[in-house]
Amino acid sequence: MTSILAAAEAAPPVSTTPLIVICCYLGLLLALALFSGRLFRGTSKDFFVASHSIGPFMLLMSVFGTTMTAFALVGSTGKAFQKGVGTYGLMASSSGLIHAACFFLIGLKVWSIAKRHGYVTQIQFFRNRFESNGLGYLLFPCLVLLVVPYLLIGVIGSYRVMGPATAGMFPELFPQAGLLNGSVPPWLIGLVICGVVLAYIFAGGSRAAAWANTFQTLVFMAMGVLAFYLISKALGGVAAASEQIYPGHLVRTPGELEVAAKSGTFQREIGIPPIQFLTYMFIPLSVGMFPHLFQHWLTAKSAKSFRLTVIAHPICIMIVWVPCVLIGLWATGVFNTPPSGAWPGPVISIMGSSDDAGVGKVLSVVVKFLIEHPIVAGMVTAGILAAIMSSLDSQFLCLGTIFTNDIILHNKPKDKYSDKQIVLIARSFIVAIVLLTYILSLVLKNVQNVFDLAVWSFSGFAALTSLVFTALYWKGATKAGAYACVIAVAVSWFYFFAKAGWGGEYTVFSSEHRSDDGIMPVAICFVLGLVSMIVVSLFTKKPSEETIRKFFP
Amino acid sequence: MKTAVIAIVFIAFAVLHQDTWNWDNGNLVFGFIPVGLAYHAGYSIAAAIFWACIVKFAWPTRLEEWADGAD
Repeated sequence: MTSILAAAEAAPPVSTTPLIVICCYLGLLLALALFSGRLFRGTSKDFFVASHSIGPFMLLMSVFGTTMTAFALVGSTGKAFQKGVGTYGLMASSSGLIHAACFFLIGLKVWSIAKRHGYVTQIQFFRNRFESNGLGYLLFPCLVLLVVPYLLIGVIGSYRVMGPATAGMFPELFPQAGLLNGSVPPWLIGLVICGVVLAYIFAGGSRAAAWANTFQTLVFMAMGVLAFYLISKALGGVAAASEQIYPGHLVRTPGELEVAAKSGTFQREIGIPPIQFLTYMFIPLSVGMFPHLFQHWLTAKSAKSFRLTVIAHPICIMIVWVPCVLIGLWATGVFNTPPSGAWPGPVISIMGSSDDAGVGKVLSVVVKFLIEHPIVAGMVTAGILAAIMSSLDSQFLCLGTIFTNDIILHNKPKDKYSDKQIVLIARSFIVAIVLLTYILSLVLKNVQNVFDLAVWSFSGFAALTSLVFTALYWKGATKAGAYACVIAVAVSWFYFFAKAGWGGEYTVFSSEHRSDDGIMPVAICFVLGLVSMIVVSLFTKKPSEETIRKFFP
Repeated sequence: MKTAVIAIVFIAFAVLHQDTWNWDNGNLVFGFIPVGLAYHAGYSIAAAIFWACIVKFAWPTRLEEWADGAD
């Protein structure tokens, strides 16, 4: 049976072909998106919500592509490698149920209200539903601060993928110590990725994003399946590959694994504690409050467009996550290859890394060492980048949209700015946010595991879902209740985030032995937000009859 | 009645997600998929069927007409 170690030892001379394939993919994406930009009608409504013209298939692809990011591909593989088989149940299967519930219960209703009343952002919706301008100013920084880490994991995820994928290609041009010697440096990767995304968002707004997302989602789903096939083949077939999985990773039982690293051994926590598994179910609620998803919902041509998204979303998740989790599990086979001291440098430095950032590189390392054909390796790496970029574009666009509509245009006379000026303002802000993200990603490129950082962003949005749910389904939800909800969520989330050391894995009431056998902070933040909304609303002034008629058809 | 049935099935799904009986089971299904992964992959398919039934039998058709109405 071929092992990952054997493949690493027999690694072929470094070819630049994968990089050429990736560049071709980026060029193709840019061409397609710029072509779709030619369909841009020049109006702000078209720039922000594609004039409500997106049909069922493109809606599914853009919504699914947006929710799948570095988190889904890079993170899931790394987490399965780190924790074991429970990774899929932890997020993917629960997401199939809960994401679809959010699309059906929240997305559909929000779409109908926004279409009838002409809203293009969440904040417009909340301001009108709760009859409060101030609520918008409170929500704006919360949403932006939660989207920024989500953006960062995308860009940092691209560094984690492209670094190992291009290692050894340019030793004279980009010399550095260790495995990544000769790899394309993060500053250049980020510049290209952000530049491509910015180009098509700038040109065509949400219509270009929908077209690009559809293309990218198809690419990353196809490449995921291809990578799965090729990696399993390189490991001697699926059965042989699964036979070498470390036994502790086949179950969810919490335990510890002694990992041999160059500098000695360390203990890695494996398995999923039951209370964490239970309370993790709150995380997928985040899609109810993602501002970029809200914007995608509004692009739908009709309510019927949602049907395919609601039904097919769980299946699409399965198609992407099952192969990724299996690849992560197969990578644990390196632990079964004695003697540990004889592991080659490249593998030990990543597979045996005590550094969480190393775990995030598992997928790209496996692709690099096991997929021999450079063209195919390039295609698979391009597929991973596609998953990352299909989220970045929507997030950049949504930040530009909410800044333009909720800060600049808010409270201004309708004729103060022409449609062209509005689009220009949105584009300017998008350029600024891309620049900021690029700089921040370079500063923070070595921070925590991609997966854990994403979970904190998701936790904040998930906890805020209590706000949108009560706004849609409870006539008694009041302005004061909404303030209480947002403040309770913001304070509790910030408290736990700080306790976690600004982005690490953390659970509440965990034992002395492990960091992950307590309650997920999101569960507490969500309950606090919901209780605050209910209690305060019961004792404060109800919304006007006019507002109730407007929001409860 | 319809809403109550949907809510009960949804809660049943949430309970079934915990599959405590698979926690320590390290067997492979079809010779390559760990039981814990096979179960949850099947769960994803069941969730899609559940939502297909909702779309078929509980779709809020009135919302679309209302959305198209003038403000």
